[in-house]
Amino acid sequence: MSTRDWLLADSPTSRLQANVGRAYRVFTALMRNPLSVLGGAIILVLLLTAAFAPWIAPYSAVGQDLANRLMPPSAAHWMGTDELGRDIFSRVVWGSQITLTIVLLVALISAPLGLLIGAIAGYFGGWVDRILMGFTDIFLSLPKLILALAFVAALGPGINNAIIAIAITSWPAYARIARAETLTIRNAEYIQAVQLAGGGPIRLIVQHVLPLCTSSMIIRVTLDMAGVILTAAGLGFIGLGAQPPLPEWGAMISRGRTFILDQWWVATMPGFAIIIVSLGFCFLGDGLRDVLDPKSEGKN
Amino acid sequence: MAIDQQSATPEPAPGAASRRIVRGFSTGGGFVLTLFLTFLGLLAITFFIGRVIPIDPVLAVVGDRATQEQYDVAKIAMGLDQPLWMQFISYVGNVFTGDLGMSVSTGRPVIEDLSRFFPATFEMATLGILIGCAIGIPLGVTAAARQGSWLDQAIRVVGLLGYSVPAFWLGLVGLALFYARLRWVGGPGRLDIFYDGLVEPVTGMILIDSLLRGEIDIFWNAVSHIILPAAVLGFFSLAYIARMTRSFMLDQLSQEFVTTARVKGVPERVVIWRHAFNPIRVPLITVIGLSYAGLLEGSVMIETVFSWPGIGNYLTTALLNADMNAVLGATLVIGAVFIVINKISDVLYRVLDPRAR
Repeated sequence: MSTRDWLLADSPTSRLQANVGRAYRVFTALMRNPLSVLGGAIILVLLLTAAFAPWIAPYSAVGQDLANRLMPPSAAHWMGTDELGRDIFSRVVWGSQITLTIVLLVALISAPLGLLIGAIAGYFGGWVDRILMGFTDIFLSLPKLILALAFVAALGPGINNAIIAIAITSWPAYARIARAETLTIRNAEYIQAVQLAGGGPIRLIVQHVLPLCTSSMIIRVTLDMAGVILTAAGLGFIGLGAQPPLPEWGAMISRGRTFILDQWWVATMPGFAIIIVSLGFCFLGDGLRDVLDPKSEGKN
Repeated sequence: MAIDQQSATPEPAPGAASRRIVRGFSTGGGFVLTLFLTFLGLLAITFFIGRVIPIDPVLAVVGDRATQEQYDVAKIAMGLDQPLWMQFISYVGNVFTGDLGMSVSTGRPVIEDLSRFFPATFEMATLGILIGCAIGIPLGVTAAARQGSWLDQAIRVVGLLGYSVPAFWLGLVGLALFYARLRWVGGPGRLDIFYDGLVEPVTGMILIDSLLRGEIDIFWNAVSHIILPAAVLGFFSLAYIARMTRSFMLDQLSQEFVTTARVKGVPERVVIWRHAFNPIRVPLITVIGLSYAGLLEGSVMIETVFSWPGIGNYLTTALLNADMNAVLGATLVIGAVFIVINKISDVLYRVLDPRAR
């Protein structure tokens, strides 16, 4: 029996085989869509760049070289140099670590938070549901960026506070999804079976409800990542996110603003990095949605 | 960037969240009630941000070099010796009577500042949404009519770019290209310096004020300044509107009545623009409303780039000066406008579409 047959077996003999087989099917379905392959490749490159930044970047992110300030793109400096003579390409490479950190932390804070709130609301229903969802709806009906700005203003500028502010403004969408999923599985027979066996609400929600929400959650988180990157860059641009000399892409654009009329590359280059990475998440998210959520297939 | 990701993906219908609350009470009074509750929620959030998160809000106002005496006076003046719920009630009372406090950086009441800065934002966002509709709707219809063609793919990429390009970056690149290099448009600000202050504000919107005065030169100068920021804003609403129009149109074009019309020999142009387009006008209103609200948010970034004297610029200046009253006032106004536009487009949808009643 070949590995492929084992992966695609109709009647898997172990839980591991079933899980791995499912992952393999999703993977092959994704590979059939050129745009999601492109998206996946971009994210892979981002991960590799962040992991191997010290070896990829030809120069240091903060090392100044005033003799070579504001040099246009050349063989020595692929993206030119900024006002302190720092190599922009190297800074963009180092900046990938910051972007990745922001994206991961926001996802790790807001997705579980929204998941938990939504699952609790959906599982218990009644007043718990009404209060939690009323709260969620109010958050959803407010502009995200403005809210994040106001939170950072109160918390103080800095990359950690920017992450907290973005996470605070992005959980409500996840709560809505988790609640909708929970409502559809709440009355399933296997849930009643666990209840009969004496499973309490915590055990039910954590072990039997939450795992079923993951696939719709993964789609949503991937699609939202582009928005998170843009918000983080926006905060950096205004000067409330990552602080200099950190090579955060939004903050780099902000520094280049002064030179936009003559030395266009200083502000332009980090922008391309933002666009490519955001597009990567959009492509991958679109592809994942088509594969994992057949209901919406062909809509976009 | 300008548009909330929530509405970017098609699964939750536009305004689904607010519609769900509204459906609970389908009367007019219920609408006012939900609007009121949402406002209260917004106030609770701004109150929380302004009074609870800062470790010491008094210090934020008087600065860390103030004497103990000044500190105590400020604390009592701000009502911070009262319990939290009392503070919240007086805060809500103040907001409803139009008292948003004084701005530390401009030295004027925040409400006065906001009403002075609002017309500039309104003017730019309105022009932006007009551009977005004028280009986005035909693009979406064309994409749907030629599904799968290279044109459809190109429009799809434009749509996705709307979610991946930072608005401030696009503004900067636009300035570098169309202002510095090509000289096609005016630079930052609303007018060239020598026209500044020549037109007395009536509505606060320069395009209208200059026409009212019959100052054609100033009008064209204002047009050359507003066209670039409005076009950048318009791009983001265009991306969203085109994407949604395409998806609505595809739904309609797969309906049986469209096939029937084609079988009858109705010209394709009529099938598309009458049979398929007419039914989607109602959901499009919701989309345009959402997009308009999103532009008010997006204008924060654009105004910063273009030194546009609107609410967004006011907000970012206040942010950098830690001028909390001004920050919260601007947040409140943008949030309130956002909520109202959302709810209105929601109600319009329910009034115009017989099936939703």
